[in-house]
Amino acid sequence: MRTDVDIEAALGRMAEGLGVFSARNPLMIGIHTGGVWVAERLRRLLGLQEALGSLDISFYRDDFTRVGVNPEVKASNLPVNVDNRHLILVDDVLHTGRTIRAALNEIFDYGRPASVTLAVLIERDGRELPIEAQVVGAHMRLARHQHVKLLGPEPLSLAMQEVSAREDGA
Amino acid sequence: MTRDLQFDASGGLTHLLTLEGLSRQTILEILDTAESFIAVGEREIKKVPLLRGKTVVNLFFEPSTRTRTTFEIAAKRLSADVINLAVAASSTSKGETLLDTVRNLEAMRTDLFVVRHAESGAAHLIAQHTPPHVHIINAGDGRHAHPTQGLLDVFTIRRHKGAFENLKVALIGDILHSRVARSDIHALTTLGVQELRVIAPKTLLPTAVEKLGVRPYTDMRAGLADVDVIMMLRIQRERMQGAHIPSEQEYFRVYGLTPDKLECAKPDAIVLHPGPMNRGLEIDSAVADGPRSVILPQVTYGIAVRMAVMAMILGGREDTPGRRA
Repeated sequence: MRTDVDIEAALGRMAEGLGVFSARNPLMIGIHTGGVWVAERLRRLLGLQEALGSLDISFYRDDFTRVGVNPEVKASNLPVNVDNRHLILVDDVLHTGRTIRAALNEIFDYGRPASVTLAVLIERDGRELPIEAQVVGAHMRLARHQHVKLLGPEPLSLAMQEVSAREDGA
Repeated sequence: MTRDLQFDASGGLTHLLTLEGLSRQTILEILDTAESFIAVGEREIKKVPLLRGKTVVNLFFEPSTRTRTTFEIAAKRLSADVINLAVAASSTSKGETLLDTVRNLEAMRTDLFVVRHAESGAAHLIAQHTPPHVHIINAGDGRHAHPTQGLLDVFTIRRHKGAFENLKVALIGDILHSRVARSDIHALTTLGVQELRVIAPKTLLPTAVEKLGVRPYTDMRAGLADVDVIMMLRIQRERMQGAHIPSEQEYFRVYGLTPDKLECAKPDAIVLHPGPMNRGLEIDSAVADGPRSVILPQVTYGIAVRMAVMAMILGGREDTPGRRA
């Protein structure tokens, strides 16, 4: 199932929204895997010189005792010290907010940033934590059993998935 | 028996007692997971919250500073609470049995026991008598197995030498008494190295050692010819009561890894040793501290490998509601 979201337009809106932060020499950090793809595109659109940071939040998940460790977890890579830096944290889909909670915890194990701005390609409903994005590419209103997933890296596209109500504990 | 015991109903690792019965895929999964924990150890805050609230007891019936310390650091980097018990000095001298000791600690809600014992099969015995929510890692039992050492050795080899199928590996020293040798042999044959040799005097080779899938050599120079990886074993003085070796000087002359014997191996061969080293008995300081030695990296990797094993054993077990998102 396709969506009617225009990804290029959404990326353009994000770049526009992030423009005001450019003056603060921000460090951009993508969350594995989709967030890294989006962050890479934004980095180019904004003309940021610095290498991208990437986070794999597997070790910070709140459901580890249930789902266990993922052997394909990638090492997180923050190329520079985050202390006193303005961070732009990028993810593909903001849904429950749990991934962002985990990412914030991990970032603070690396240091104390001056600020963190959250930028997401898709903002959807279903929040379980008081977390909102400052910069949004597109909004989607989805039923509980509907999931949207970013496919990539080239080209980026969105895929809809239906999950059975039983699997969906959110 | 052991094979069934190590896995739960859905095929997940629930104890690690020996590398026997672990598939190539399971071993590679452990190594891949360990790889991702290396980065955690390189950060300023070397800690992730995976095992927060879990209790790990290091139950050491036989002294071992390094193995206990690396398990302790591994558990702490996963945010578990760790208690170290050197039992030889306490309860057993008052007549308490092994299982009584364990049951008492179980009643204190221990999630994971890391067990070191001088008797082969001790960890296995405990695993047979604990309820399903209690997990055991064997940290060395008698002459039987030392699975995390075997895993960290193959992890070290993969990091420094890449694919296993192109490698010739020689294991040198007290093959007869060594649990490390047994675990290394299981790991390396399961991963499919091109050739695995064991080098030792006849008195330190088990009978019919070929059945383990290795080629025995008593001539060290011949055995080292063209190898990529040299794995030294510790000569265990405490297990040397009999006449296994003529004298320490004579052993060093014939089987000690010296710079000139190292010349027989490939020029880029690496040297491993599980520690603690007997310098001047099985290994020359010039080799131990030389450019081909990966003995200290082994210690660093040992922490990541033990983190991986603990995370795999303790993760993914609770059937609580909640979804990945």
